[in-house]
Amino acid sequence: MDKTVNQKAWFLVLPVFLVVAFSAVIPLMTVVNYSMQDTFGNNQFFWNGVGWFKELLDPSTDLGGRFLASLGRNLLFSAIILAIEVPLGIVVALSMPREGWSVAACLVILALPLLIPWNVVGTIWQIFGRPDIGLLGYVLNHLGFDYNYVSNDVDAWVTVIVMDVWHWTSLVALLCYAGLKSIPDAYYQAAQIDGASRWAVFKAIQLPKMNRVLLIAVLLRFMDSFMIYTEPFVVTGGGPGNSTTFVSIELVKIALGQFDLGKAAALSLVYNLIILIVCWVFYTVMTNAGTDRPAKEGVA
Amino acid sequence: MESIAWMAWTLPTAIFFALLACTLGVMTWLAAVYPEAERVGVLTIPTTRGDRLFISLVLAAVIHLVWIGLVGTDPIFTLPIGEGVEVSSLWLATVISLLSAVAIFRTV
Repeated sequence: MDKTVNQKAWFLVLPVFLVVAFSAVIPLMTVVNYSMQDTFGNNQFFWNGVGWFKELLDPSTDLGGRFLASLGRNLLFSAIILAIEVPLGIVVALSMPREGWSVAACLVILALPLLIPWNVVGTIWQIFGRPDIGLLGYVLNHLGFDYNYVSNDVDAWVTVIVMDVWHWTSLVALLCYAGLKSIPDAYYQAAQIDGASRWAVFKAIQLPKMNRVLLIAVLLRFMDSFMIYTEPFVVTGGGPGNSTTFVSIELVKIALGQFDLGKAAALSLVYNLIILIVCWVFYTVMTNAGTDRPAKEGVA
Repeated sequence: MESIAWMAWTLPTAIFFALLACTLGVMTWLAAVYPEAERVGVLTIPTTRGDRLFISLVLAAVIHLVWIGLVGTDPIFTLPIGEGVEVSSLWLATVISLLSAVAIFRTV
């Protein structure tokens, strides 16, 4: 038998190895080192053991209170935008045309918000929502609503959520549309012969066929909203008070605002761990959803 | 050493990363010398040794954090070395992590 393994190929991995080392491994090691120490600058560090982690996980301390509160806000935000964007995205995808020139037009219009950089989206909504010069804020106030995202918590939340829905529903819609397009006509013809209602077609054919893309959409949107920074930072700056301060905004405040490298490092490690676990679940579910193993089919 | 002073290395973290690097080295050597096939365990997903190591490490991190948050790090006893070395209760979390790693390698 010929030898098919060529060990020289390992050299091709070297660039990736170097990039990962400098962009991920070395920074991560440094963060771990910082999380165990305290510093006043000038590369002078003092050993603190797991002190920062203790503080971080204790809600009665300043750091712990801020971390857990921002984590709670972040989870609430993710839950709300998922609850809005996923059903809305499905509705948009279902109402899109299936053929003709209007398909291209719809796709372009839907893709537009996705192409706008985060801080531009933030700036657009920041001006759009201003009660004095913004179209949205001005109109709402003249219709009798007391809308001001700078001073009212609920208004700030509504603004940030509507902004996210505006920015990202298209992603869900485009993914669902791709899922819908992959359903062969035969399914619809069979449904027509059976005299199935519109709802029955959706429940028995379209939803099951979209379920993989929906899974991708939900997990992508969850990860993105869980790491959101720029948009709320540009619009509300985390305010009023701390009401729209999400975990990443809190992290930047601690790391760069207060220059508490130890606290920030501990926070980012825990944050990183949460994201790592979610990513792993994401990856595992994605890679195993399509495989038809006998063991799984028996259960289903 | 002046050039990497910003990395703020300490002996405990260096030992931690050295052990981690050794583990990865051993796993690589094992994969080369004793190749293995994926298997499906209690999680109903196919896993290799590397997957099981990853799950063990992540779980160990979670166990330690939960321990710090719920139990704390008070010393449980003092080793009679020199003036006495206090042993933190966090080592119990490490023991639990090792036991859970063994369980994961056998069942997952």
